[in-house]
Amino acid sequence: MNISKVAGKNNKHKVFVYALSTCVWCKLTKQYLIDNNIEYEYVDVDLCAEEDKQKIRDTITSKGGMLSYPTTIVDDKVVITGFRKDQLKESLEI
Amino acid sequence: MITLEEVRRRAEADAKTYGYYLTPQQDLLQGFLEGLKTNEDRYGYPLCPCRLTSGNFEFDRDIICPCDYRDPDVAQYGSCYCRLYVNKKVYESQNLPEVPERRPLDKQARAYGGEAAAKSTPAGGTQEKQPTTAKAESTVKKKLWYCKQCGYVVFREDPPYVCPVCKAKREMFAEIESSVEFNG
Repeated sequence: MNISKVAGKNNKHKVFVYALSTCVWCKLTKQYLIDNNIEYEYVDVDLCAEEDKQKIRDTITSKGGMLSYPTTIVDDKVVITGFRKDQLKESLEI
Repeated sequence: MITLEEVRRRAEADAKTYGYYLTPQQDLLQGFLEGLKTNEDRYGYPLCPCRLTSGNFEFDRDIICPCDYRDPDVAQYGSCYCRLYVNKKVYESQNLPEVPERRPLDKQARAYGGEAAAKSTPAGGTQEKQPTTAKAESTVKKKLWYCKQCGYVVFREDPPYVCPVCKAKREMFAEIESSVEFNG
């Protein structure tokens, strides 16, 4: 699985974004994290191999997430579906 | 290869036909059109840029833009799931609503490994292993449906949410049962 890491000064939380390479809201989420200097990792699910997609589905659903993109997972437990600035702000304390 | 301008013209024409507007925020609009173009270049049809696709035409048919869910979503929320198509009120206010995913889970699951995946998704989490042959099932069962109001006929897995001809709701669709008899 091709996981990319984006460096940022704020690494207080572990942030993982499941995104689609074609999705505008996913791009806005990534940009929002960059603008706030948040360190995060992401994977573009549409560019993944079939077996990786199944693993991703299992990971997201096991944390109670829906299969919508972007799905941002903070500290392995908080699941944020969609580009929700309010929720990102709250869970990342920005 | 389709150009961005062609994608834009097609979306504008479709919005006009149905009385919708394209999203009022130009940077978003540009992003949606680019996503559609990327998917059309990649798969051969303009798949929804906001959803995970299987790359199998039959599985993806309901999320080819404009998707099956656009009309009921615009009617209920003022916008489609992506927020590419909006109604007049949203267009003028520029306040884009949150639109939850209407696509059924079993159809979403097809993007993650075919029918076998669809069966293991529902609550309960029993990940029963399907025989590998189950994954080979790459077609959907299509039926003939007709609109009881205007007579429009469609050959698809499910009837449309809204009749494209007379705008009747899904409840107005009924399956056409056909049988073949051999005599003599």
